[in-house]
Amino acid sequence: MSAVKKGLVTFAAAVPEEGLKAALARPRSEVIAEVTASKLRGRGGAGFPTGVKWNLAAAATAPAKWVVCNADEGEPGTFKDRVILAEVPDLVLEGMTIAAWAIGAARGVLYLRGEYAYLRDSLEKVLARRREKGLLGTGILGSPLSFDVEIRMGSGAYVCGEETALIESLEGHRGEPRNRPPFPVDCGYRSEPTIVNNVETFACAAMVLAKGAEWFRGIGTEVSTGPKLFSVSGDCREPGVWEFPLGITIAGLLAAVGGEGAKAVQVGGASGRCVPASEFGRTLAFEGVPTGGSIIVFGPRRDMLHVAENFLEFFVDESCGQCTPCREGNAKLLEGVRMLREGRCSWAYLQELQKLGEVMQLASKCGLGQSSPNAFLSIVEHFRPEIMGRTAGGNA
Amino acid sequence: MLVTERLRLHDDIGAWVAKHGATRAALIPVLQEIQRSYNEISEYAMQEVADRLDIHPVEVYSVVSFYSFLEAKARGRFVIRLCRTVSCDMTGKDRVARQLENDLGIRFGETTRDGNFSLEWANCLGMCDQGPALLINDQVFTSVTPETVHDLIQACRKSFGPLAVQGQKGRTH
Ligand SMILES: Cc1cc2nc3c(=O)[nH]c(=O)nc-3n(C[C@H](O)[C@H](O)[C@H](O)COP(=O)(O)O)c2cc1C
Ligand code: SF4
Ligand code: FES
Repeated sequence: MSAVKKGLVTFAAAVPEEGLKAALARPRSEVIAEVTASKLRGRGGAGFPTGVKWNLAAAATAPAKWVVCNADEGEPGTFKDRVILAEVPDLVLEGMTIAAWAIGAARGVLYLRGEYAYLRDSLEKVLARRREKGLLGTGILGSPLSFDVEIRMGSGAYVCGEETALIESLEGHRGEPRNRPPFPVDCGYRSEPTIVNNVETFACAAMVLAKGAEWFRGIGTEVSTGPKLFSVSGDCREPGVWEFPLGITIAGLLAAVGGEGAKAVQVGGASGRCVPASEFGRTLAFEGVPTGGSIIVFGPRRDMLHVAENFLEFFVDESCGQCTPCREGNAKLLEGVRMLREGRCSWAYLQELQKLGEVMQLASKCGLGQSSPNAFLSIVEHFRPEIMGRTAGGNA
Repeated sequence: MLVTERLRLHDDIGAWVAKHGATRAALIPVLQEIQRSYNEISEYAMQEVADRLDIHPVEVYSVVSFYSFLEAKARGRFVIRLCRTVSCDMTGKDRVARQLENDLGIRFGETTRDGNFSLEWANCLGMCDQGPALLINDQVFTSVTPETVHDLIQACRKSFGPLAVQGQKGRTH
């Protein structure tokens, strides 16, 4: 199976509720075992094994547990979750319901970013329809499972996509990430065991239950199983959502989307890495270049320093300000990029900036700060001749 | 604020608290309702919410100041948020920005004197394959060009209600 297609190919072909029916017919432990056997890893960026997460939450003893769908999709260059929610919302809710059965949860939350408020009405309708059909509510499809989902809106903060910040936000606080441990699977929303999964992860889980772990493992690589949606934008002829098996090379993806001749590709959004043309033979997979699916293509004439500046502006704007390496570090890096642009940055100072970036990766409290220097560092590494010794005003 | 307006706000907040529950977890949903109906979360509103949820008003302020879609200062009836992130940057968001400023006579971060329009930057709106993208209140418009800016603004002026129909010039997804 090497489907290379535009749009939601696998998800669109799903038989409605096939996965849910299969799950409810089996004991929870077997449902989790199936997900674990599929080797499904989280589609939100970090790639944590979904079966392991569910197992931890299932093992936690508590009177109430939560299933949270992370639809905060704020990573620059990512839009596949929006398309999933618009085109196959039932599959996502089916996945959440399966998760509820697996971990023993009675309530779920879909955390939808404020920028997607226009999707809310249609999602509410889907929820209402599922309640009518007995797919949500008490005794789902005649089983002992009772589960319902409410939609909560974000309010324009990228950091709320981080799972502990998301939980803070649900609880009515500023979206400031928590220290981990404790992990949400033990102490999440309302201090109760909570799994937070990405929109695409839930859709994949539903497919795994419908078609079996073996089918899922048959797509992709040994380590990175399953189909993956990619949000492709930038300098290419066919931007949009594409589905490829994990393990495709960057060159292979570029050929499919009409992005041949690119000089670089940003993989994983602002928090990802900038891959130069010399490395287009690398694969998009957890063992290769890992990604939540954001692919931004840069054509030959793009100024990579301008790109680095845009990303750093993003992080300065979105840092929650809670810890110093991230709050101060991103401001310093941005200042440094502007010095480079104006041709005022010495070689020694650039070294200092790189060291600062490495400190931020190590010392920041959450993934935002830890990954914010990635784009800058990879651009400095691969495009040094392009960014140094500029004449005033920039000469790209 | 007029006394009648205060009364209305008081009643509205009461209704929203009843709907979402008088708990801390209801804070953001209640603030979102206020923002949507009043285009601002005034000091009076924050005090009122704090009383109802039994938390300190400073806590409410701290939440309002954190989220970019919640605002303590009054915004226009139509809030235009242009994406400034990389993919929209590559498709020409600077020219759209310039045209918006010219046609509205304000800069980013400002509100027109008649209180009708506010202009703001946004980060990635999840429409990166169809940039430049912008939001007008809750609606998204894509593939915006300097020429279509005028039509979008006119459409707002004409409706002067909630934006009922989706993208006239821009495609919506
Ligand atoms: C700053 C930041 C933003 C994030 N934004 C998102 C997001 O928008 N959607 C998402 O699914 N995960 C996001 N994540 C990852 C989540 O913290 C979490 O790992 C994920 O929701 C787990 O789901 P998964 O295992 O199914 O991928 C973000 C992480 C960080 C550090
Ligand atoms: S790393 Fe940045 S976003 Fe994360 S907690 Fe620290 S300041 Fe906040
Ligand atoms: S970069 Fe503008 S919508 Fe994503």
